[in-house]
Amino acid sequence: MKKTIFAAAMMAATAMGANVASAAKTINGAGATFPYPVYSQWAHDYNKITGVRLNYQAIGSGGGIKQIKAKTVDFGASDAPLKADQLDKFGLMQFPMIMGGVVPVVHVQGIKAGQLKLSASNLADIYLGNITKWNDKRITANNPGLSLPATDITVVHRADGSGTTWIFTNYLTKVSSQWANTLGNAKAVAWPVGLGGKGNQGVAAFVNKINGSIGYVEYAYALQNHMASVLLQNQSGNYVAPTSKNFQSAAAGADWKHAKGYYMVLTNQPGANSWPITGASFILLYKTQMNPAQGKEVLKFFNWSYNNGAHAAEKLDYVPMPKAVADMVRATWSKVLKDRHGHAIWK
Amino acid sequence: MHGQRRSPQESVYHMNTATQSRWGDAIFRAITISFAIGILLLFVGIIIALWHESLPSIHKFGFSFLTSSAWNPVKDDFGAWIAIVGTLLSTCLAMLIAIPLSLGVALFLAELAPEWMKAPFGTAIELLAAIPSIVYGMWGLFVLAPIMSDYVQPWLADHFGFLPFFTGPAMGIGMLTAGLVLALMILPFIASVTRDVFLMVPQNLKEAAYGMGCTTWEVVRDIMIPYGKKGIAGAVFLGMGRALGETMAVTFVIGNAYHLSWSLFAPGNSIASTLANEFTEADSDIYLSSLVELGLVLFLITFIVLGIAQLWLKRGQQGGGR
Repeated sequence: MKKTIFAAAMMAATAMGANVASAAKTINGAGATFPYPVYSQWAHDYNKITGVRLNYQAIGSGGGIKQIKAKTVDFGASDAPLKADQLDKFGLMQFPMIMGGVVPVVHVQGIKAGQLKLSASNLADIYLGNITKWNDKRITANNPGLSLPATDITVVHRADGSGTTWIFTNYLTKVSSQWANTLGNAKAVAWPVGLGGKGNQGVAAFVNKINGSIGYVEYAYALQNHMASVLLQNQSGNYVAPTSKNFQSAAAGADWKHAKGYYMVLTNQPGANSWPITGASFILLYKTQMNPAQGKEVLKFFNWSYNNGAHAAEKLDYVPMPKAVADMVRATWSKVLKDRHGHAIWK
Repeated sequence: MHGQRRSPQESVYHMNTATQSRWGDAIFRAITISFAIGILLLFVGIIIALWHESLPSIHKFGFSFLTSSAWNPVKDDFGAWIAIVGTLLSTCLAMLIAIPLSLGVALFLAELAPEWMKAPFGTAIELLAAIPSIVYGMWGLFVLAPIMSDYVQPWLADHFGFLPFFTGPAMGIGMLTAGLVLALMILPFIASVTRDVFLMVPQNLKEAAYGMGCTTWEVVRDIMIPYGKKGIAGAVFLGMGRALGETMAVTFVIGNAYHLSWSLFAPGNSIASTLANEFTEADSDIYLSSLVELGLVLFLITFIVLGIAQLWLKRGQQGGGR
């Protein structure tokens, strides 16, 4: 009797072991929240075709960098690119995976989406606390015919460190010398005014609740929450709306070929229609893959996404990477990604 | 309440005298002692870990960490002052609102409510304590904040606007809302414990007072509150401990801004919400270390507050509790 039970238990254990082995094709990643919607869409489609699962934890760009340094994940994701010397220091490589826009949104009584025009310096002055009322002369001068109330401006920013903030403050650093000298470009800065919401969702909630507020969110959140986005003045002096087309225009001029370690920031790009606060999101991998089979699974997923993910990305209002850039990235994979013995893992 | 608490020394003493000779009890005793020591070790371990991790920040900022109101991740310049003020201020506000409210609730349930009302109302109050804090936070953000900005804050500004506490734009998000949400969170704790304390006031004391012609108010003021003073203090400190460390509910409504303001309408920050917001994205070592030191500060604040409470309760005990 005992023996049969034992045998049955052994069989069950073996069967379970087999199950685990076949389900082991999971790739793990962690990082930026900004591209999370499109990564999960890709993962869903990819899983249906190949059975490989992507486990992506959207814990934020800084978290993604920390996790890959701690080697708890197969890849990290960050909205803020690492500089070439940083990459070398940790033996990492990075490549751009997707692009999108950061959008200033307002909640002012009587103002609808696409009505309020903001110049670059006005946006900076609002976030610096230099402009405190919506009917300030500097704002009304750009908005003839629009009646703006004498409401106090409530500035909303991110409370947590964030890649979205990194892109936003990178833009403000480029367009305002006062911003560059006093606050700078980082995932979290010493905001001189305003209140902080947690995550894109938190900022969206505060802006929706508070009359007279302005915030900045990733484009998809502005769309989902039906928020009033502004027309922002770009480098060419035109007031442009946040649309996929205008993000693409900003991305088009990017010279990826000469960007060392794919370090590329897409804010304040030239072009008549370019949306000025555009950014790319990056994937981080170890140059030396200790488990080449697993590393190859990761690359297969991103390769599939480059080839087949454009439609899904556009539907979610992201900008897919152009084919030329994808080819460049694949060439880089072949060149720098090695297993322990120095053999390339992507051929 | 008083009877249920038996100090560890007493328990060990009971085991010592009664059943030491038996093996089973010896083993049982060893296991429970190891549990108790384990807790102590854990406690010491947490302090050491916090201390060790915050060493870089302690070395860099020294004592001025406690008094500096800087918080600049770009320049790696950090100070705890704004977060300390925010933590203490939001807790004080919560206590100011919650103590009178919960005393009222407890008195009503223990003394004034008709019999059929006591059970359902008492259970309802206790159920409030079971609501997860994140739900309080969401409720605070989506329901309370609009009410505050549309009705409460304009009214306060109109009638008390001459005070510096009620000035500035009515955003609905800020210190006052955080205090209010905290007050609602700790109210059930204080109310239900206080009700139990009031129920333990001996019937004959109250009857004697009524017999002498006291009004209900006089019985409450001169008999019940003095009798239950210690228990009420315990309940208040229980609530205070929860308010000091509350994280999610506060993070939702306090505004998460590093500014000091006299106005209660203005956004602020607390230690716990700073940690919740910034821990995952703290990328420089000194940033992370400063956050850990903030945690150490919160630990010490809670420790000091509860220590004072314990001392005070002990003193009350020796004085006979009256």
